[in-house]
Amino acid sequence: MTDPVLTSSLLYLDDVRVSFDGYKALRGLSLVLAPNEMRAIIGPNGAGKTTMMDVITGKTRPDTGTVFFGGSVDLTKRDEAEIANLGIGRKFQKPTVFENHSVDTNVLLALKAPRGAFDTLFGRAARDRRERIDGILRRIRLWDHRARRAGDLSHGQKQWLEIGMLLAQDPKLLLVDEPVAGMTDSETATTAELLREIARDHAVVVVEHDMAFVRDLGVKVTVLHEGAVLAEGPLDQVSADPRVVEVYLGR
Amino acid sequence: MPSQRILSGRGLVFLAVLVAAAVLVPVLSLAVPPASPFHLSAYAVTLVGKYLCYALLALALDLVWGYCGILSLGHGAFFALGGYAMGMYLMRQIGARGTYANPNLPDFMVFLNWHDLPVTWWGFSSFTYAMAMVLLVPGLLALVFGYFAFRSRVTGVYLSIITQALTYALLLAFFRNEMGFGGNNGLTDFKDILGFDIQSAGTRAALFSASCAALALGYVVAAAVTASKFGQVLVAIRDAESRTRFLGYRVETYKAAVFTLSAMMAGVAGALYVPQVGIINPGEFAPANSIEAVIWVAVGGRGTLVGAALGAVLVNWGKTFFTGVFPEYWLFLLGGLFVGVTLFLPQGILGLVDRLTAPRRPEPPAERPVAPDEQVLPAPVAE
Ligand SMILES: Nc1ncnc2c1ncn2[C@@H]1O[C@H](COP(=O)(O)OP(=O)(O)OP(=O)(O)O)[C@@H](O)[C@H]1O
Ligand SMILES: [Mg+2]
Repeated sequence: MTDPVLTSSLLYLDDVRVSFDGYKALRGLSLVLAPNEMRAIIGPNGAGKTTMMDVITGKTRPDTGTVFFGGSVDLTKRDEAEIANLGIGRKFQKPTVFENHSVDTNVLLALKAPRGAFDTLFGRAARDRRERIDGILRRIRLWDHRARRAGDLSHGQKQWLEIGMLLAQDPKLLLVDEPVAGMTDSETATTAELLREIARDHAVVVVEHDMAFVRDLGVKVTVLHEGAVLAEGPLDQVSADPRVVEVYLGR
Repeated sequence: MPSQRILSGRGLVFLAVLVAAAVLVPVLSLAVPPASPFHLSAYAVTLVGKYLCYALLALALDLVWGYCGILSLGHGAFFALGGYAMGMYLMRQIGARGTYANPNLPDFMVFLNWHDLPVTWWGFSSFTYAMAMVLLVPGLLALVFGYFAFRSRVTGVYLSIITQALTYALLLAFFRNEMGFGGNNGLTDFKDILGFDIQSAGTRAALFSASCAALALGYVVAAAVTASKFGQVLVAIRDAESRTRFLGYRVETYKAAVFTLSAMMAGVAGALYVPQVGIINPGEFAPANSIEAVIWVAVGGRGTLVGAALGAVLVNWGKTFFTGVFPEYWLFLLGGLFVGVTLFLPQGILGLVDRLTAPRRPEPPAERPVAPDEQVLPAPVAE
């Protein structure tokens, strides 16, 4: 295959189909993401946004369709850990941090380092580890909270911690599922700023319902509906699209 | 910060108690005359030695359950396998002193009209070989079992059920005479260990001290493992398994590794148990034994190591007492204890101790204060 669209892409999904017990969650989803691109994905509940992330990260195997990373790696043949180590990080829709570990340890466990059981049992810690962790903690505004149990953080802080863990992984592609759900307006604005900053040197896919937030990001938007792409383009353009208005914005 | 101290204050106290017991108990048993109120009978020494073996089993279980969330209801199988390996060595030590005076075969094989020693028994005359088997047999079984179970992502209650099935299957297998492990009767009538009379007070005291040492060593290993980054990954798996996977950790490898280590510790516990009680039979594989071990850990406090050991000793001490006084009520009491602990003491005894002794938790810092040197994110865009 020498499809130039494929070879120049960071992420390439073509005609991906997934069904759960007969229910078609993805019905021919196609999406191409360029290296270092930031993309917002919107779509009504049940559109298949989270399922798409599940497919990319190896949690769900598609029934048919192609999923390529970096133009050459077939993601449908890999499992979660392999895909993570290829450089794809993910933030869950429901914030998921290690509640019983300190904020510090959460970042430490995410930090790019050998992941094998032998490495973590006997390995020596990298020298610059402390600085890297501190840098991330400052960036996500949790430096003062580094010794706290992650489970004791507020909802918004957990969201940031999870984003910080993504940063620590230093992936090539970040998949961020509803990062501002349940955040206050000022937290939301801060998160948008944080993601824009991250997007400077990482490709990012953000799923979000919050339109003000998506507008704030100011990037190309893909609208999903019933498991397929309905429209794609700048937010103003897609929100003027009558089909989009009908299924999503108009409700 | 991430790198933790291996031994807490509590851990040091625990080790100190074990060292003191390892020294004092033999003295009180051997050097203090029987007439003295400080004398310890060989019976008492062996009884407590048995509790220590249970404590090591509980410690092993706590490592997988408390830290990695793997609720094994089959750890008794690894304990029993270690016990059988030791029992086979002890059988070979009997030599020609058995009832049938056969120098090459244990009595039960002569009785079954066997003429050759089965391959499974080869090498068991050697103490070193037998001790290797004490570690290898449970370890290998756990590795193979864990590899398949964890790779297939069997978790939660399903995993508990198959561990229970594992020990039950072994129970049935060991009951069969053809298996060559003494069937129903198991292995017993041991004479000596490493040339020492297994019944003598001196040997019993030595076995007691060896149990203290094994428990102490098991504790240090478990504490080192849980304090390492490996241990932090285990807790991460326990609390958010898929999060851990998406960070790139091979969850199944971690689980299989800790399960194997834990099975080997349980094997050592069983190996020390058998010479002290003088018998090993298929009953040790009974599913109920494994469940009891879970109760010990729950009572002492899961995820604390010291608590697991403490729970094992306390519950078994209670068992000895109650089965002596009202044997018919012990099971009800044990069940009640489990329900009570689950409902009222989810952190077990150690959790209660912590709650009673801990200074009040410091208030969390006020609304995200900003350190002077903190690089603050850009202010929110004005709306
Ligand atoms: N594991 C599963 N088993 C069965 N059905 C599933 C599964 N995962 C998702 N679905 C279904 O697939 C559809 C798409 O779900 P998905 O979570 O991808 O939607 P979404 O776009 O992320 O929605 P939301 O905005 O509510 O998060 C939904 O109808 C959901 O019920
Ligand atoms: Mg979703």
